[in-house]
Amino acid sequence: MERMPGESAVVIRLADIWVYLAAEPLLWLTVTLAAYCLADWISARLNRHPLANPVVIAAGLIIGLLVATDTGFATYFEGAQFVHFLLGPAIVALAVPLKRNLAKVRKSLVPIVAALVAGSATAVFSAVGIAWLLGAPADVLASLAPKSVTAPIAMGLAETLGGIPTLAAVMVVTTGILGAMIVTPLMNALRIRDYAARGFAVGVASHGIGAARAFQVNELAGTFAGIGMGLNGALTAFLVSVLAAVLV
Amino acid sequence: MIRAITLLLVCQLAGEVLVRSLGVPFPGPVLGMVLLVGGLLVFKTSAPVLEETADTLLRNLSLLFVPAAVGVIQHGAVLKAHGAAIVLALLLSTIATLVVTALVFAAVSRRMAGRSGDEAIHGEDAG
Repeated sequence: MERMPGESAVVIRLADIWVYLAAEPLLWLTVTLAAYCLADWISARLNRHPLANPVVIAAGLIIGLLVATDTGFATYFEGAQFVHFLLGPAIVALAVPLKRNLAKVRKSLVPIVAALVAGSATAVFSAVGIAWLLGAPADVLASLAPKSVTAPIAMGLAETLGGIPTLAAVMVVTTGILGAMIVTPLMNALRIRDYAARGFAVGVASHGIGAARAFQVNELAGTFAGIGMGLNGALTAFLVSVLAAVLV
Repeated sequence: MIRAITLLLVCQLAGEVLVRSLGVPFPGPVLGMVLLVGGLLVFKTSAPVLEETADTLLRNLSLLFVPAAVGVIQHGAVLKAHGAAIVLALLLSTIATLVVTALVFAAVSRRMAGRSGDEAIHGEDAG
């Protein structure tokens, strides 16, 4: 083995650096933020086309990197958990646009309540019903039931029902992405031009990812999406506990 | 900004503690949101720092879902076995939920606007 001394030193140094990076949350936290910045830039360059969803692009980039470096999800999540944690405070932060638009919300109180009850029940029972008809097992059904509410709430509810919290989180994200991609063409096809109705629907169906899409389109739509997301989190928690009492 | 983040966390914490001590199946952060709206109304404060922090967080909501989305790599086995059923259920259910929610919202608000003789609130008259 003839190797230049300098060359092996470089290899050793790189290996040392990798050992350090692999053990610290810094690398994967940075990767998560950088992937999002890149994904958001791409989405903006494509004029916020519904199919160019920033969550899909960012997650795709990160998964590629994890596979290439043979890194497990647990290691990744040690860094990413700081971002994931902010989902909770973000729900609390919905108080700000809610208060700002309280007059409009008050005016629409009756449609909000009617649409919430109809939409929330449709979300839970249609998903569980269709998957049950297609032969999905009980733990998958339990992870599917809360798929329209934001991740931390859905993970807790899935656990109550005997589902798998991390699988529920995947269902939640997929539902969010599907809703964000579908909402604009679907609402145009239905000829619904009321931004309150459009926003509220995507908030109820697709929580924060839907709300993020709504905020991209229109501030009023975003606010109503936030309200839909918050209220549906509460109502789904109630529906799921009823479902749990019946099933378990 | 630190004050604003602290306030958000205090509300979330209060929500979580209340929900658990009352034993009700209600999401803690949602109760935290209700508490914060209540607080803002009672004290009639308009804190620009809070608005700025909240708006920044909400403008980047997509980012917060990225770690959960990457979690898909943990569930290869389940998705291989039931992926088609799951994707079909999620797709059809999401379409159904969007359609039902939007149509009920639009129909009820149209009926209410008609009854009170108000002008259409959200510009439905545009079309």
